[in-house]
Amino acid sequence: MKVLVTVKEVAEVEDDFEIEGTHIAEQFLEYDLNEWDDYAVEEAVQMQEAGDDVEVVSVTIGPERSEETIRMALAKGVDRAIRVWDDALEDAEMLDVAAKTRILQAVVEAEEPDLVFTGVQANDDSFGATGVSLADAIDYEWAAVVNALDIDTLLAENVANVHRELEGGVEELTEVDLPAVLTIQTGINEPRYASLRGIRQAQSKEIAEQDLDDLGLGLADVESDLILTDMYEPESESDATIFEGDAGDTAGQLAEVLREKGVGAE
Amino acid sequence: MTDVLAVTEHRRGSLRDVSFEVVTAGRELADATGGDLHLAVISGDVDKFAEQVNCDGVDQIHTVAYGEEFNHDVYTQAVEALYDDLSPSIVLMPNSVNGLDYAPAVANGLSLPLVTDVVDFEWDGALTATREMYGSKVETTIEVDAERVAVTIRGGEWPAANGTGDAEVTAFDADIDEGAIGSRVTGFEEVGSGDVDISDAEVLVSVGRGIEEEENLELVEELADALGATLSSSRPIVDAGWLPKNRQVGQSGKVVTPKIYLAVGISGAVQHVAGMKGSETIIAINTDPNAPIFDIADYGIVGDLFDVVPELVDEFQ
Repeated sequence: MKVLVTVKEVAEVEDDFEIEGTHIAEQFLEYDLNEWDDYAVEEAVQMQEAGDDVEVVSVTIGPERSEETIRMALAKGVDRAIRVWDDALEDAEMLDVAAKTRILQAVVEAEEPDLVFTGVQANDDSFGATGVSLADAIDYEWAAVVNALDIDTLLAENVANVHRELEGGVEELTEVDLPAVLTIQTGINEPRYASLRGIRQAQSKEIAEQDLDDLGLGLADVESDLILTDMYEPESESDATIFEGDAGDTAGQLAEVLREKGVGAE
Repeated sequence: MTDVLAVTEHRRGSLRDVSFEVVTAGRELADATGGDLHLAVISGDVDKFAEQVNCDGVDQIHTVAYGEEFNHDVYTQAVEALYDDLSPSIVLMPNSVNGLDYAPAVANGLSLPLVTDVVDFEWDGALTATREMYGSKVETTIEVDAERVAVTIRGGEWPAANGTGDAEVTAFDADIDEGAIGSRVTGFEEVGSGDVDISDAEVLVSVGRGIEEEENLELVEELADALGATLSSSRPIVDAGWLPKNRQVGQSGKVVTPKIYLAVGISGAVQHVAGMKGSETIIAINTDPNAPIFDIADYGIVGDLFDVVPELVDEFQ
């Protein structure tokens, strides 16, 4: 069985930052593995450990900088990685869901995995749509926002029994035929830290670089119908009373308010 | 045509609030495009749902009677068939967990650009949408370079439609292909029951990512004890396994409305706010003065919880 995991390197923004045009200035960004993808990687690696013959391949759309993040996934147990990049992607202002779908579709067609795991969303642009869009494009079944997966049944019977995390503390129990795309929610497992041994082994694992040409794609395939025209800090709607002073002062003022409201009264 | 097709949502026999919000948002768009607002009601007791959602501003309601509960293959097929029939400019869907289980498939199947989690929009021959990025730190403007588009709207951003409308209700034959349905809902499970019901508490001390380490939880437990409060948390604390699911406040956890909600080290992501914005008094302690939690707080301390919380505990001991 082969599992393909999509892995995205995302930028995290510091508390104080500046916007330049339609981007956050580079010096205020720190790059890391997308939180949801960390859980997706863990779920795939757990399948590989539970099964006899499960290969886990990761795919990333990202520049050379993202190799560090990919190595981290390899160190956690991913067998090999694919990194898609191209000058055309470097120049693109924005990759919309449709463009990402076309790229990943080409990778799936080459790899023919039985399962694709994606994070529910990326914490930078938070579209939350690529996994399901991809499933439709490659004619796989799917389930979005999966927070439990029965790995033993999956390996034995080729069907994915999942829980989908709905709103309001309700989970939907669903049976999904394979091949399938599952979008993985945080909390489904406890992502491991890479071991020193894993980090060493990751150095010799393959990261295959592919450009659009390698994937049989052209410029038109990565053109986005969505254009990012503005980025700004939302106006603060706060009318909160902010207590001033050091920790003792502010705690004292807050305590007064709490007592007025009857808190802590015997 | 410049019509709008909006899709309603229900679960276990009841329409969800988003169904009435897509009506308001859909009417707003239809007024801008000069077209009609069509509503789709798919699966379950469609006649009952159609009657309930027949609010002011709806022009036509199309029912697709097939199955009971939400199934993404059915919804995808039904919405695509309605699109082929009505040829709307905009397909409007909720940005709910189920919305995100079929909207991307609809957009892909119809080759429509997709904008998700939209909080505001304008129509000027094409759609311009407002959405957030980087966990609500920034807002962005997205122009759609196409005449037709699929959109999902964030819950709670548009008011619910009301009033009784006189839209015509028509049964639509979507010709659902049963062979193409590859997933089956086998049941539902309520999660988060247990020893404590945080939705009963009058005072909640709620802890978030800012607590950093599991062993630091002791600090907020002490505070909760000192205040006679119940301890709750935001999602990352439950994801990490530090507190059980029944302590989680937010969209996928519990909705709480205590007299006092004291948020410690919680930034106030939209999913969290959805679960506690109805609290009577909201107090936030956070290092980041721009954290969205301060937008809805009544009182705030911009500071390090590790300095402030011990002082606050002292005040009540």
